[in-house]
Order: sequence, then C-alpha cells, then structure tokens
Amino acid sequence: MAARLFDKVWDRHVVASPEGEPPLLYVDMHLVHEVTSPQAFEALSLTGRKVRRPDLTVATMDHDVPTIGLDEPIADPLAALQIERLAANCAEHGITLHALGSRQQGIVHVIGPQLGLTQPGMTVVCGDSHTSTHGAFGALAFGIGTSEVEHVLATQTLSQVKPAAMAVTVDGELPAGCTAKDLVLGIIRALGVGGGAGSVIEYRGAAIRALSMEGRMTVCNMSIEGGARAGMIAPDDTTFGYLEGRQHAPKGAAWERALDDWRSLVTDAGAEFDTEIRVDASALRPAVTWGTNPAQSVAIDDVVPYPEAAPTPAARQAAERALTYMNLTPGTPIRDIGVDIVFIGSCTNGRLEDLRAAAEVIRGRTVHPGVRALVVPGSAAVKAQAEQEGLDQRFIAAGFEWRSAGCSMCLGMNGDILAPGERSASTSNRNFEGRQGPGGRTHLVSPAVAAATAVAGHFAAPADL
Amino acid sequence: MSGVKRIAGRAVVVLRSDVDTDQIIPAAWLKKVERTGFGAGLFEAWRKDPAFALNRPGAEAARVLISGPNFGCGSSREHAVWALQDFGFQAVLAPSFADIFRGNAISAGLVPAQVSDDAVARLAAVLADAPDSEVVVDVAARTVSVGAAVTESFQLAGYAQWRLIEGLDDVGLTLRHEAEIAAYEGQRPDYLPALP
Repeated sequence: MAARLFDKVWDRHVVASPEGEPPLLYVDMHLVHEVTSPQAFEALSLTGRKVRRPDLTVATMDHDVPTIGLDEPIADPLAALQIERLAANCAEHGITLHALGSRQQGIVHVIGPQLGLTQPGMTVVCGDSHTSTHGAFGALAFGIGTSEVEHVLATQTLSQVKPAAMAVTVDGELPAGCTAKDLVLGIIRALGVGGGAGSVIEYRGAAIRALSMEGRMTVCNMSIEGGARAGMIAPDDTTFGYLEGRQHAPKGAAWERALDDWRSLVTDAGAEFDTEIRVDASALRPAVTWGTNPAQSVAIDDVVPYPEAAPTPAARQAAERALTYMNLTPGTPIRDIGVDIVFIGSCTNGRLEDLRAAAEVIRGRTVHPGVRALVVPGSAAVKAQAEQEGLDQRFIAAGFEWRSAGCSMCLGMNGDILAPGERSASTSNRNFEGRQGPGGRTHLVSPAVAAATAVAGHFAAPADL
Repeated sequence: MSGVKRIAGRAVVVLRSDVDTDQIIPAAWLKKVERTGFGAGLFEAWRKDPAFALNRPGAEAARVLISGPNFGCGSSREHAVWALQDFGFQAVLAPSFADIFRGNAISAGLVPAQVSDDAVARLAAVLADAPDSEVVVDVAARTVSVGAAVTESFQLAGYAQWRLIEGLDDVGLTLRHEAEIAAYEGQRPDYLPALP
C-alpha cells in the first residue's frame, strides 16, 4: 500500500500498541536543556528511577545563558542555579553535556544537526516546541512538556496518539531576495496560526527541494507556529551531503547501509494526505509580521492591513487587538515603520548561512544611528566558523554587537530584552505580546531584511539600500 | 498525582483566540527549578489591566477557565499548566487546544475540555449575567453545567479521561511494557547515533 514519509517513520518506532491506549513510540534521540528539565530530573529522584538511555540523550545550555561576559560568573542567580542544576543532573546520570563555554555548546536545535545527531528516519524529541526543526532531515521531531521529558528519560518512549498527515506543497521558484524565512511566513499566513493543529506536515514541491539544509531547517522550525505537531522533508542528496562526515554520522560500510535505508524515506506515489495546501513560491515577497502571532504578516511592499478586511469577526477582533499592542495604524507602508532593535539569531535563523546572508547585506555599510543591532550565533561552532570567515569583523565594523551563542533575545530569558514600547526587527520565530520583553513589539523578518533594516533604520529589503 | 472526577467552583472567562503560553506564563518565570509558585505569574502582563477578568473580585476562587480556540499555542512550557493549577484552575474549556498544551495538561492533571464555539458563547452569556455562579465540570460524564441554566457536553479522549480520573503515574503505565521496549531496543539498526 502506498505510504507517506510520516507513516514510514512512525511505523518503525511503534514499540507496542496496547488495546484502548495510544501507541508507545520509541525515541531515538532526546535533546535536553536547562529550562524544561530540572523538574523532570527531580521527579526521577523522587521515584528512584534512572535515565534508561543516557547514550541516546544529549544536553546543552542555551535558553538563559548570557551571551556576553562568559568569563565572569552568571549575574542572574536563578539562571545560574538552573545551569548548575543541569550540569549536576547530567553528571549524576551520565549524560553528555555541551556546557556553556565549551566548543559544541549552542542552541539545542542548531547543535543536533551540526553534530550529525539528527538523521533521516529518526524520532527526535526535546522539551522545546521548535524541535520541529529536525524534521528537515526526514526525522519525526516534536516538542514535549516536562512530564514527557521525565517519561522519555525513564522509558525512552512516549505514548502518542498518531497525528493526521498534511501536505504543504510549494510549487515554483522563490524570487530573488526571498528566503526560506519568507517562504515559511507565507505558508503560516495561508495555514493560520492553528491550521496545522493535530497534524504532521510534509513539505513538498520544487521550492522545498531547492532549499539548502539550513533553509529547510528554517521552514521546519516554524511548523509549530502554524500549530503543527511536526514538519518533515523527505531526505535527498542535499541531506546526505550535509550529513556525510559529521561527528555522529555513520561511517564506512554503516554509511552505505544507512544511505540504502534513507533513500526509501519518501512518500510513495499515490499516497494520500488527510489535508493538503498549495503555495506558489513565485508569488512570495520578503515578509514582515505586523501583528502578535506569526500568521499575521504581509509583504514588505505592502501596508499595515485594515482589520475590517479580516475574514471573520474573531480575526477582526484579534487584528484590532494586535494593532493596538503594536501601536500601528492601518494603511501605514511597512517601509515607513522605524525600529529600535535588530536581532539576528535564534534556532530559526542563527546558522552560518543566515549570518553570511546578513553580512553580505551590510558590506561597506553601517548601522543606523537610532538602531541597536546584535548578532547572536546559534552555536559556539557557528560563531567560530563565522570568525574564521571574518564575518564578526564586518558586523563589528558596521556597528553590530557580536555575541556568544544562545537563545538570547528570541525569548529574552537571559537579560537580552526589549524595553517596554521598543520595536524590533527579529529573525526569530515568535512575535507574541511581550515575547522579547514586557511591552516589546516584535516584527519577524529574514536575516537579509533584518540587516537591511538595521542600516536603514526602518523596514527595508537589501535592494532598497 | 490525585485523580479529578468532578470540579465545582467559579469560572473566569477570557474570550480571546490563540492564547499563547507566553501570555499564560512569561519566560522570565521559567528560571524556577520547582513545579510550584507560578500562580503569581499567570497572565502577568494582562493582569496589569484592572479590567482583566482575573482581577475581578472572586476570581481567586475560580476553578474553571473558559477561553477561545487554539488555547495554549506556542512554547511547549508545561509551566503554563502549572501556573493555571497554582492559581487554582482545575479545568480549561475551549473550542480547541494546541497539541503540546493539551498533552501537558493531561500529564499534569488539568482537564482540557473541548467544547463547541456555540457552547463557549452560551456559557459566557450566562456567566456575564451571573458571574459568581457555580460551574460544575463532570469529567466522568464529560459535561459542564452552570446551575440549571445550561449544560453542555465536552470532548475528551477516553484514554485521557481515564488517566485524569485515576490520576495515574504515566511512567508506571509505560513500564508495564518493559519487555516490549527491551525487545525493540534489541533490533534497532546499528548505524543510529549514540553518545559515548
């Protein structure tokens, strides 16, 4: 029978299908960080349970780590305690930890792929909703809560109701100046912020195939912003080329065996999806969000929308609320909106390709005097490679702050935050009220638009400069 | 975790769609290493508005939250569930829930009761006239009622309902399948990654 990629990966991980209960699914890799794990480890202690598979568990520190002054003690006592607690828990249970200050530390969704720990056909979970990133490799990867973190630590499995399968087919070719970020913002605009709920998305079509692994990770990363449980892309030569030679990728004969298997991880001809949407890549333009959820975006050439144009009374009410919070007037050209802060980083757009794209835009230019701009690499390894290429010097010369790796201003846990009323152009994934700091106003954009905006002082595409 | 069969108490109505977990509990609160003490951070930003439903006298005794579709979207933080529980809520009624939030709620013993849009409107209308009414959520019968004025049914998957009513240890349930897990582990492909 014709099967979908999602079915193939799901089926090979079903450990048990008890009568009247959801199937029990095996977890191939469990990623752990400091914020959603302490209560899970504590529960293990209270019940006297052990970590079943420390060899299938890897930890890092990313959510509330400082991105400056790494030589000094962590100033925030709560963050310091959480970071100490993770180190102690990993030591107690024999879990590999890429600690703050080590060469492989970084945002959990950047280091997994970078180390070759994310491979096609695997199940990957983490106490973080952007775990969907790893689906770019044809893995089934999704975020879980702390009780489930405890469950995976203790059993290496999860009890999971099988989601529906949704196809998002992106035909055509992205226009020049349009990136994976613009593509995924366009998809979420079409899907709605809850449109993917209960589903695993498979991204298909020519525009998806044409993306680099970094671009595919950006797309899968934001699957959760459309409400989807996970996003997947069938592996191909782009995937295998990225993986070959990485630290934890199979080697020699094992690589060949793995490749044989991975090539089978495609949706069979004739397989049907529960739902399907189609997006025309050639119609997309660089995107800027105007509201307080990631589905509320327009093209940079457009204006702040009129709530009256919203399709339903609820959507209209939400738009009015969002515009009040964002302090925006309908009809204002997006390019006329000035920003205070530009943030380049996060698990969405903190990889080397993203930093290169931003660095290209600012070549020979400087940050607008009214703007504070910072670059936070997604991992220590991304930072080291960018420095080897001289990108750090270009950012610093242009007036950017060059930071160390972490989640930073994406969620503002580490003190990198917006002041009330400040407006940002951010390459991160969420523009919720207060996401980057209480009262802060976030606009989501691509790294290229973020860099151009830093130079212009208002929203701008690179071609405008 | 103790089971929850029947919930009775006041309700708070927050009629907004897509209430995200950053609103329910802001990231600054996630630095705690305990499961308790999050109630003060619940809807921290919205509570700065004196007119917000949670600031109404009597809201501190509420047991049921009624809200709009796609409740709990965004971050996977289970702290959102803990904050609702720490404040006193034992059930959330909404037309739909974000997937991770629903899973977290069931794990932690907060009842995610899915009701229709119309039912939310009817419940909200009754409570607008009589905000101090007792709302009863019967988990076993999958109904919610406000006095004799209105009774609505809600959706909750059978297995989730059983776990909530019995207050079961999920890890313990899974460890009944220890032999199957071990057998599965014995046949995983050798090229899959493992840490030293």
